[in-house]
Amino acid sequence: MRAGISQVKGTAGALSSGESRASSAVPVWSPRVSDQDLKKTSLYDAHVAAGARMVPFAGYSMPVQYKDGVLKEHLWTREHAGLFDVSHMGQARIRGENPARSFEKLVSADYQGLKPGKQRYAVLLNAEGGVIDDLMTARPDDDGLFVVVNGACKDNDYAIIAKALEGEATVERLEDRALLALQGPEAAAVLAVHAPQAAGMVFMDTAAMTAFGVDAIISRSGYTGEDGYEISVPAAEATRIWNTLLEDERVKPIGLGARDSLRLEAGLPLYGHDMDETVSPIEAGMNFAIGKSRREAGDYLGVDRISRELAGDLKRVRVNLRVLEGAPAREGAEIADETGAVVGVVTSGGFGPSVGGAIAIGFAPPALSAIGTKLKVIVRGKPQAAEVVASPFVPNRYVRKI
Amino acid sequence: MRFTKDHEWVAVEGDVATVGITAYAAEQLGDVVFVEVPEVGKTVKQGDGLAVVESVKAASDVYAPVSGEVVEANTALGDAPETVNSVPEAGGWFAKLKLSNPSEVEALMDRDAYEAFLSTL
Repeated sequence: MRAGISQVKGTAGALSSGESRASSAVPVWSPRVSDQDLKKTSLYDAHVAAGARMVPFAGYSMPVQYKDGVLKEHLWTREHAGLFDVSHMGQARIRGENPARSFEKLVSADYQGLKPGKQRYAVLLNAEGGVIDDLMTARPDDDGLFVVVNGACKDNDYAIIAKALEGEATVERLEDRALLALQGPEAAAVLAVHAPQAAGMVFMDTAAMTAFGVDAIISRSGYTGEDGYEISVPAAEATRIWNTLLEDERVKPIGLGARDSLRLEAGLPLYGHDMDETVSPIEAGMNFAIGKSRREAGDYLGVDRISRELAGDLKRVRVNLRVLEGAPAREGAEIADETGAVVGVVTSGGFGPSVGGAIAIGFAPPALSAIGTKLKVIVRGKPQAAEVVASPFVPNRYVRKI
Repeated sequence: MRFTKDHEWVAVEGDVATVGITAYAAEQLGDVVFVEVPEVGKTVKQGDGLAVVESVKAASDVYAPVSGEVVEANTALGDAPETVNSVPEAGGWFAKLKLSNPSEVEALMDRDAYEAFLSTL
């Protein structure tokens, strides 16, 4: 038998024939890196002590699962509260005379309209309207913008941002901070014990506050489709805070394996797989990432392509598929129409523990993207029935009103 | 029962070998959610792909530990793939092979040798 879970992510397949995803600037999953080259988050020892299986991810040694395994960790997060170490992600401050205006040169969102105490999703665009990374920008306080980017992309992102904003704004990497995510229906009750202010927040609220005795930046957001929080704390205090949260019997540590199956069920694209420098946010179904004021002004990178696509001129679009028979269709599996002609490719796929079956995200022509469309996925040479379904696969449970 | 370094086991009765993966392999894989077993009548050489086991995250090939013709496949795994986790070295078998080269079995590790091999991992 081939080595198992250490190979949990294959190499990226091609989004469509002729377009190599390997052209993406930064490999998201780099399994050939030797252990000595890997960075460690401040929680590394805590993961090992908890029996985690550590794998290379985004240049870090990260827990892919703990003793319970991916399936149980996934279901625990949907039912209770899961605690994730996402300290590999990049945290930074952008400061300047008008950092939001400056940052808008590179991203799609309306950040000049971002109110204090809120955060908003955006994509970092290249000149062709492709996605260099996706990110969250927040205004937790008066200290410029607080930005969180993908771990595998952060060096490239910061270089691009610093260069484009030179002379008007600065980027400071917050290397001395850790990032935890507490996700699930019991997350709010758990965190209220330590950060009472967090209980009054709604989805995408953010605030700088004292919690766990440290200066924390807490947002009500996450990457699982569940209610929950992302919690930035000083790295030196992260292990104490991690252990404090785990003392609550409603909380268990959850690895990257379940993080991936949770986000897949939530219909959330993963950068480097469902989006890359060749894919536009419109193709990826992330139209909301282009702010209304930005559409009207037409002042973002790649506006020619993106405005055309917003008007409906698209060659391919993201589809969510339920695989109705056979094996899970994973990244790289071809998508075919009912006649067997290849029309697209799966960019993320696997078994959805809460769905109870195989699900996938992929790309197909718009004419084959309507909900209910019958398609095939080709797994190990065998066509299997699949159907386009709505996103998300599992209803999200964000708290939008208190 | 004999074992391979790829963590397959073989149990021989007459000229038929039952093939599965070891408890160690099943534990490493995690929760099995899908198993693809071979079709009866398929002929495999030692080292060929025989079955595929899938966990939530990954698909892994199971290689034929010995050469032969598939005479029975464990189709019950279609409805109960978790059997591979619960009883990997019994009910979680994948296929039965009619041996074409019985001497291949003798070259595989016995339980003690396999346990010794595991202790080096």
